[in-house]
Amino acid sequence: MDVISEFFSEYDGLAAFRTTIYLTLLSAVLALLIGTVVAVMRVSPVRVLQLIGTAYVNIVRNTPLTLVIVFCNLGLFLQLGVSLANKDSNTFINDNNFRLAVLGLSVYHASFVAEAIRSGVNTVPLGQAEAARAIGLPFLKTLRYVVLPQAFRGAITPLGNVLIALTKNSTVASVIGVTEASAVMKVMIENRPDVLFVVFGIFAIGFVILTLPVGMLFTSMSKRLAVKR
Amino acid sequence: MSGSVLFDAPGPRSKRLYAAVGVASIVALFLALWFVIDRFNEKGQLTAAKWKPFLTGEIWTAYLLPGLAGTLTAAAISVVLAMIVGVLLGVGRLSAAVWIRWPCSVIVEFFRAVPVLLMMLFTFALYAHYEVFPPEQYALAAVVTALTLYNGAVVAELVRSGVFSLPKGQREAALAIGLTGGKTMRLVLLPQAITAMLPAIVGQLVVILKDTALGYIITYEELLRKAEQIGNFKVNLLPALIVVGAIFVIVNYLLGLLANRVETMMRRRGRSAGGPLTADPIDQTGGAGLTGVTTGADDTSDTGS
Repeated sequence: MDVISEFFSEYDGLAAFRTTIYLTLLSAVLALLIGTVVAVMRVSPVRVLQLIGTAYVNIVRNTPLTLVIVFCNLGLFLQLGVSLANKDSNTFINDNNFRLAVLGLSVYHASFVAEAIRSGVNTVPLGQAEAARAIGLPFLKTLRYVVLPQAFRGAITPLGNVLIALTKNSTVASVIGVTEASAVMKVMIENRPDVLFVVFGIFAIGFVILTLPVGMLFTSMSKRLAVKR
Repeated sequence: MSGSVLFDAPGPRSKRLYAAVGVASIVALFLALWFVIDRFNEKGQLTAAKWKPFLTGEIWTAYLLPGLAGTLTAAAISVVLAMIVGVLLGVGRLSAAVWIRWPCSVIVEFFRAVPVLLMMLFTFALYAHYEVFPPEQYALAAVVTALTLYNGAVVAELVRSGVFSLPKGQREAALAIGLTGGKTMRLVLLPQAITAMLPAIVGQLVVILKDTALGYIITYEELLRKAEQIGNFKVNLLPALIVVGAIFVIVNYLLGLLANRVETMMRRRGRSAGGPLTADPIDQTGGAGLTGVTTGADDTSDTGS
């Protein structure tokens, strides 16, 4: 099959999938950080912080990812002049688009991470928080030493779902010119419409290979790390 | 609110502390807002010329409403087709016959694992290459096909978890009065499962509506594409994006409220033997599939894109 060899040589499909993986991992780390902060704000005793957290989740979760990513490029960069890369570098456009895509992906998925962690907090039994308060821990220490460690372990399954969704959603980065898997697939399909089933098959299998192990890993982790009660 | 068990009722000192933190965060929020507005102002994004068009009827009748119509059309067709495909696949996965169950499982797992955008690009090229539809319909057809396949797979998982959530006695009773396996599914299990699924289906609508924005990439005339056109026409891209974003947020927020309403209504009525499946994508617990993790209306997929 010449298409398959073209995938590896001419189009460098592996590099495209490497970009997909980088996009996913970087956004996942950032989204986890932002999401945790938002989740803590939502369960905090300060009313204002609760409202800010809730507003963040409700607004971001209801906005299409495509709009978020397009906004990062057309809005933030072109209209407001926010750039995230060194302007003098000769890879400026690529770097900047990649980082803007990471920004958009992490801001978007942070709202889902926050919801996942909040559902994890709900799995922690009442007695745990009460015991923490009874020994005199203030709110932040209750969270840090007692509730959050258990909440993360209870939230593994939904967090895994978010990671899988993030892997798939990273394809939207192609809309602002990041050459990840779907962008390369588009070019290949345009050049070789006669074999478009094979091309689609290659890229679809690529994503199955990326998401399947993640799903299995998170299932086994959710069993292994489950808090014994 | 789970927060209430996380802290004691505040005493005088804590009250002062909370108030201080509250004030500090309000100040921080206003500083951030002021920074953004200043930036907008500096780049000339706050001029009347950029925002005024949205007060004229022309922008609404020529751009925003047709855009919204495009978005809603694609979403409406997709949700109906996804329901049909989803119920068929879901029932197929529960079938006693291996030769039905197995292909249905493969189809469901495949379409859940492949990004919606990938399917959209593929079907768009497919329709264009084989000229399946009139050319002006390619984009709509591709958007609808991709959304139907992905959300059909999600609905199939919902159907399956809905049937699993029913008490065992339902099935046993149906078989005991002499119904065949097919009739048990059709007359007893499925109606209850679908009722239990209703909130989750409405929640899935939000995902579908958001994902129609992917059609922007294949030139489908939906809200985001219209925002870009407004931006080119009136040189106010940023305001146009913000207005369109607000429209999405409002419509989706209302749909989310509707999902919650449906859920509470059904919990009160309690006609199904199983409890209603939650509309919250994250709390959804479904059957473990090939990917192993629980399924649900996770638009996160996509989403939720």
